Amino acid sequence: MRGSGGYAVVLAAAFFVLGTGDALASDPLLDQGRKIFRKCQSCHQVGVSAKHTVGPLLNDIYGRRAGTLEGYRYSRAMEAAGQDGLVWSEEALSAYLEDPKSAVHGTKMNFGGLRDPDDRRAVVAFLRQFSPGAANIPEAPPTAPLENADPEVPPHILALEGDPDYGEYLSSECVTCHQADGEDKGIPSITGWPGDRFVTVMHAYKTKSRDNPVMQSIAASLSDEEIAALAAYFSKAGQ
Amino acid sequence: MTGISRRHFTQGLGVVAGAGVLAGRGRAAFAQGRPKVVIIGGGAGGATAARYLAKDSEGAIDITLIEPTKTYYTCFFSNLYIGGFRSFESIGHSYATLASDYGVNVVHDWATGIDRDAKEVALASGGRVAYDRLVVAPGIDFDYDSVPGYSIEASGLMPHAWKAGTQTALLKSKIEAMREGGTYVMVAPPNPYRCPPGPYERVSMVAHHLKSTNPSAKIVILDPKEAFSKQALFMEGWEKHYPGMIEWLPKSIIGDIKNVDARAGTIETDFDTFKADVANVIPAQTAGTIARDAGLANDSGYCPIEPATLRSTMDAAIHVLGDSCIAGDMPKSGFSANSQAKAAAMAIRADLLDAKAFPPRFSNTCWSLISTDNGVKVGARYEAGEDKIAKTDGFISQTGEDAELRKATYEESLGWYAGITADMFG
Repeated sequence: MRGSGGYAVVLAAAFFVLGTGDALASDPLLDQGRKIFRKCQSCHQVGVSAKHTVGPLLNDIYGRRAGTLEGYRYSRAMEAAGQDGLVWSEEALSAYLEDPKSAVHGTKMNFGGLRDPDDRRAVVAFLRQFSPGAANIPEAPPTAPLENADPEVPPHILALEGDPDYGEYLSSECVTCHQADGEDKGIPSITGWPGDRFVTVMHAYKTKSRDNPVMQSIAASLSDEEIAALAAYFSKAGQ
Repeated sequence: MTGISRRHFTQGLGVVAGAGVLAGRGRAAFAQGRPKVVIIGGGAGGATAARYLAKDSEGAIDITLIEPTKTYYTCFFSNLYIGGFRSFESIGHSYATLASDYGVNVVHDWATGIDRDAKEVALASGGRVAYDRLVVAPGIDFDYDSVPGYSIEASGLMPHAWKAGTQTALLKSKIEAMREGGTYVMVAPPNPYRCPPGPYERVSMVAHHLKSTNPSAKIVILDPKEAFSKQALFMEGWEKHYPGMIEWLPKSIIGDIKNVDARAGTIETDFDTFKADVANVIPAQTAGTIARDAGLANDSGYCPIEPATLRSTMDAAIHVLGDSCIAGDMPKSGFSANSQAKAAAMAIRADLLDAKAFPPRFSNTCWSLISTDNGVKVGARYEAGEDKIAKTDGFISQTGEDAELRKATYEESLGWYAGITADMFG
């Protein structure tokens, strides 16, 4: 993973700051950014153990050419934007976050956008902390890595082959709230999620390590096979 | 359904229940062509059933949806319009996509009666529509006599606004025109009724509006019950956001409603006579008149069904969905009706097309808005038991939750609204 060494250094500094009892993350802009980033967290990870999930991991994004991280399958539109010279500067990130589908026509990121410039400033400042190589790192010390690791799911459960037809039937219960076309206002999109991500998140609700009671209740009612069926269906949905 | 008067058409029809009809169950032989499913009512139950039947049968079923209104205003979120959080237009939906993309024959007419012997539905315009299977999803109708002095006519002066549309707009206009320091009086409905937390969300939304425009106004709830849905959450919210504005008077205090006088604007109870500047009278409710007239209801005023399929226990060719049916532990809500519609659509396809039927999955969540960004929810999952749809587990928002969680809960409700209306109307 690019930049992970640099990140470790920053992390060490963070623990040092924590140890001195300094007012860590008291910067209201970063607090705000951390809050707004929750909107992103259903698809993006950032921090020490971040991995690609629905979307690419966001460590070290500053200064990176768009669509170039290894191990993540970008939309053709995002790869083309990178080849055309799109580099993630503060301005580029802000423009993209304002209206992703306009900024990169054809992006597969199903996110309506952040219309409020203050929200964009905050989340971009928040992300900058995870790009230790970036110029102009803000004065504020980095916050502790985000809690974004869902519990590991046993491999035999991840390996279950789901029946997408059964998943389609089961999905009728999901789409009362999660819009089938991938719109994500208020409730995250689950359309097009990679299967293992879907299974991991559902198991996190099943074990109550994620705390939305609606989802805990639904996950509890689904067997491992049924979750696999849903994962199989939703991974292909919307294509 | 949104109409006020439904013609009482079915004299003599629909009284042939029982053995003879039930014996006819099984794969039916169809006179010609595709099997016909007729759906009465285009709300959360009927529209969802139409869409799922069309989507999953891929043209193998001839589907007719009978719904009088061309624009359907959802009862859910109509309180948010009263509170100023939604426009009237934003809760209105058309049936155009069901017709154009799903091939549903949408007939804007009143279904006035069901001839169960001939398997035909009569329309106000004079036509008759034959069916092999009938889905009855007319929503609720009112028992006006449950509030002495109240009537269809009185509802023009004291709106119920418990079917969304013009009644909702009327109530909002009355609240906006209320004199300074006036009193809004709600007569809350007895159980069972459509949308259990709804009256109390409505009071919250009225209070939200009055707080900024008419802060010395008062709200009184005259309640024939001793407790209500999400009570602790609402009470906490009212104390926090609208201190001193809302008074809830349960049956143990007011006794019975003795009379309402719509012209004088008075509501007389055993305890006192209340003078209302705006009165919102929500009477007791029953299954839609067409379902009762067809003999599909029992003494409770609602229609008994088989839990797994929503098939009427009175007639094997008919399924009753949503507010009109006796859904066991499920509340009368748009979410419930949407959930039931999917189970019924699957059962009908299995019956008519030999399609595979899986065990039905029932769930419900009711979100309510108390104040700006202060949303709460209650919900549960259910399964088809022997005798009824039975609750398996549930959850409810907690008092004392932080503002961020309440905001997220409200935003979740916005996502749900977009989701369920897309699931109903395409």
